[in-house]
Amino acid sequence: MAAILEARGLWKSFGDFDALKGVDFTLNAGELVFVIGPSGSGKSTMLRCFNRLEEPTDGSVMFEGVDLMNRSVDINLMRRRLGMVFQQFNLYPHLTARDNVTLALRKVLGKSRAEANEIAEAMLDRVGLGDKADSHPGALSGGQQQRVAIARALALEPSVMLFDEPTSALDPELVGSVLQVMQQLREAGMTMVVVSHEMRFARAAADRVIFMADGEILEEGTPDKIFGAPEHARTREFMQEIGQ
Amino acid sequence: MEMLIYNFFNFEIMAEAFPLLLRGAGQTLLLCAAVIPLGLLGGLIVALAARTRRRVLRYAVIAFIDLFRAVPPLVLLIFVYAGLPFAGLDISPFAAVCIAFLLNNSAYFAEIFRAGIESIGAGQTEAARSTGLGRLQTMAYVVLPQATRNVLPDLLSNSIEVVKLTSIASVVSFQELLYSADMARSLTYNSSPLVMAAAMYLVLLWPVVRILSRMEHRVGQ
Repeated sequence: MAAILEARGLWKSFGDFDALKGVDFTLNAGELVFVIGPSGSGKSTMLRCFNRLEEPTDGSVMFEGVDLMNRSVDINLMRRRLGMVFQQFNLYPHLTARDNVTLALRKVLGKSRAEANEIAEAMLDRVGLGDKADSHPGALSGGQQQRVAIARALALEPSVMLFDEPTSALDPELVGSVLQVMQQLREAGMTMVVVSHEMRFARAAADRVIFMADGEILEEGTPDKIFGAPEHARTREFMQEIGQ
Repeated sequence: MEMLIYNFFNFEIMAEAFPLLLRGAGQTLLLCAAVIPLGLLGGLIVALAARTRRRVLRYAVIAFIDLFRAVPPLVLLIFVYAGLPFAGLDISPFAAVCIAFLLNNSAYFAEIFRAGIESIGAGQTEAARSTGLGRLQTMAYVVLPQATRNVLPDLLSNSIEVVKLTSIASVVSFQELLYSADMARSLTYNSSPLVMAAAMYLVLLWPVVRILSRMEHRVGQ
């Protein structure tokens, strides 16, 4: 398998605090990698370094063979290939669901409004919200908002989707609809990195699970191994805490 | 009582002065049509410049805002009108008012825009940037529309202040409403034109004040 995303020696400091301490991470095309670990372990920071929303202090990120840390790289063009979904959805509240999806299609990819609308409606259909195109985010439930956010990222035809705790801000009864969309993406062959506490989903869907603590990757392996027979004491401790 | 009515509410004199004051009101509106958009645009540019990562530029912008918020607008106006000719720049009263108001209003509007921009959470910017939108695109399509909406009452309130402040243009002989009223007063030795000018400001501004009040009420809910 070919690596589509590869981080080497990723280091991120916030003042005196080292959030990432030299992380090596490889993502192969078609893989779904789950990242778990206690809060403050650097999971989200790592994800945000992959598309340079967070500027790494040190280290390299290769994506589709391009060195993202290279100053001459057009990061905006690369970012649309790295879809990102946030914990707080971050939909644009002043725009309809449709316009949330079309904004980057029109302004980054230069598509006409008609063309962008067509794509947006197809994407909203795909996440089961074809009838909500004219709704503003304020009129949607959290689960619906997160699915619009997924459609917004998908519309740009990314080769990798990054999910940063996509269900953590949702009421329990709304989690299922979002996981279902992620499952569909998985079945369609999307390459994904998911930071999440949805362990059931991890067991069912992940190819590989990574356990992080204190800014480092302590252990990784198949879900069976990480959940069934974790090697590292910190992993076992974490599994006990979350009741797995 | 009769003296009071004669000196302040003399309808004969008001009728006589009306055409002059109407022209003055027209000039006031013209002035507003120039200085309010200029101030809004200047304020927006200053607010955006204040967010630059270049430290020198940022300090320069902060100095600009502090300076022109601290200098009394009347002092600024006289300085521009009387001072620039010494630098070899002869300017009309209208141009002097525009320059002075641009400097003063930009500083005030910039602070309002800055507050608006800061009211928008970082998540909005991150989401926009993650889809490949650039810094300016993110500002133009995601942050500013929301920021402006959040501070609309403040922008309107400041605009009302600007309308009232245009009366200082009279000191550089720009023939706006107050100048015209004062001219009528000195020609007739009667204060009624000033009362009429005040009434005209009221007619001009009262609907806007009403709208503002309703807006603030809605935001407060």
